[in-house]
Amino acid sequence: MYNKALEVNSLTVAYHDNPVLWDINVSVPEGVLMGIVGPNGAGKSTFIKSVLGLIKPVAGSTKIYGKPYKEIRKKVAYVPQRGSVDWDFPTTVLDVVTMGLYGDLGWIKRPGKKEKETALYALDKLGMEQYKNRQISMLSGGQQQRTFLARALVQKADLYLMDEPFQGVDAFTEKIIVNLLKELKREGKTIVAVHHDLETVSEYFDWVMMLNTRCIAFGPCEDIFVGENIKKTYCNQPVYSLVTKNNFKNSYVSEERV
Amino acid sequence: MNNAQMEILILAILTSLTCTLCGTFLVLRKMAMMSDAISHSILAGIAVAYLYTKNIHSPLLIIGATITGLLTVALVEVLKNTNLVSEDSAIGLIFTALFSIGIIIISKYAHNVHLDTDAVLLGEIAFAPFRRLNIGNIDFGPKAFYIIGSILILNILFISLFYKELKISTFDPALAFALGITPGIVHYGLMGVVSITAIGAFDTVGSILVVALMTVPPLTAYLLTNKLKHMILVSGILGILTGVIGYHVASLLDVSISGSMASVAGLIFAIAFIVKVIGVKPLNF
Ligand SMILES: Nc1ncnc2c1ncn2[C@@H]1O[C@H](COP(=O)(O)OP(=O)(O)O)[C@@H](O)[C@H]1O
Ligand SMILES: [Mg+2]
Repeated sequence: MYNKALEVNSLTVAYHDNPVLWDINVSVPEGVLMGIVGPNGAGKSTFIKSVLGLIKPVAGSTKIYGKPYKEIRKKVAYVPQRGSVDWDFPTTVLDVVTMGLYGDLGWIKRPGKKEKETALYALDKLGMEQYKNRQISMLSGGQQQRTFLARALVQKADLYLMDEPFQGVDAFTEKIIVNLLKELKREGKTIVAVHHDLETVSEYFDWVMMLNTRCIAFGPCEDIFVGENIKKTYCNQPVYSLVTKNNFKNSYVSEERV
Repeated sequence: MNNAQMEILILAILTSLTCTLCGTFLVLRKMAMMSDAISHSILAGIAVAYLYTKNIHSPLLIIGATITGLLTVALVEVLKNTNLVSEDSAIGLIFTALFSIGIIIISKYAHNVHLDTDAVLLGEIAFAPFRRLNIGNIDFGPKAFYIIGSILILNILFISLFYKELKISTFDPALAFALGITPGIVHYGLMGVVSITAIGAFDTVGSILVVALMTVPPLTAYLLTNKLKHMILVSGILGILTGVIGYHVASLLDVSISGSMASVAGLIFAIAFIVKVIGVKPLNF
């Protein structure tokens, strides 16, 4: 059986008459681990947000397992970019992870024992159980990212949309996340993750979408992720930015704060 | 302390406690300026409703104020979305426009009632004990008790019922939306409660203190706590303290009660700030 986890048809998105995504057509088969790469401002985050209906497109449609997002939201988990929230917010790790279950609970009903157990289980999987009562600003970048991933895990989704899960994490966290992605794939889940490190694309993902306002290329890494396409995707970028991108990763390794 | 003084003190406490509750979420949403906007622009709603009813104590005034509060929020959003002005300029434009409409109506058509500009800015908590709820021959105490009391209950109900929705849509609105907890509904619900609170508090302490009470105690609590529940609790306690100390300082020095409360709130913040700075320093060494 060849099911489509995500189908995007002629998607065009603009911010105030400024097109950031232009006529995107992709269809992601169920069970693939897909990376989205592209330079800064290429529209990677915008693509994910459009799939979730967070941004209204100018044209085009997106379907998840053949249905519009609203009808199938319980099967989708979203990991926003780490910098998109205020980490000084007065809340704890466990609390943030429990938020992943708020959709299932529905309005007014409060999380209870069952929800807490689910959250603790997910935290344990990400090696975060000992930090469960810590205020979230007291975490390192990697620990914050693992908290976000644990929050997505509790949603027990089929499609995971992640915005830069590897951004600013330490080597230990990176390993945990890679293993988690592989495990999810083994369970038949589909993962779409924005990725910024070109060196590890083929190692971490089996499919890739190369984005720069337009979809430059899309498909299995071994066919698609080649010099020609990479050049095309990053064409309006000076060469040095490619170099610094790779150096970034190393500078993040020592980020562990606590 | 005589009866009237006791009533003023209780009113001061109820008012500041009520303001800190919805204020906590305003502060966390970085919308402190919005309390300023709402507490001023509701004057237009009050004035229009007064023109219609000719009765300064009509419940229609509360409805008018709430609608204007929500209108302020919506207009600010519309203006911001045109991308022509930033959010804070939008707030500045909208609320000064509505506030001046309110002032014009009041000074033109309502100059003989007590809705004067002094009362608008500073409130009239000291006169609250004179307006009493009498049913038959029985005196049920100042009317303001019942107004602020109901608004306090509204705040408590709103926050306890929608605690989880408020929390997630404040911390991560994108996730809230993705999960089907429409942050827009929560947002306008909160703005409605803020508007109703602003008019209730406005009547007793005036628009300036509404802003101070909605933002300063929650900001102080934000410095001192790590959990949302604790922040709400601490900011409520600080609100009560502000009422008690503010009232006593005012009667001691014979100055305006609302002015004194605002100063006390600021002072408590300053102390908390210093404690925080000193308290945190050793950890960095
Ligand atoms: N809310 C917004 N309003 C206006 N422009 C935006 C907004 N969000 C993103 N953009 C612009 O859209 C483009 C794509 O942004 P984004 O999707 O975040 O790129 P990426 O995630 O690939 O770095 C950028 O040029 C950015 O400046
Ligand atoms: Mg991005």
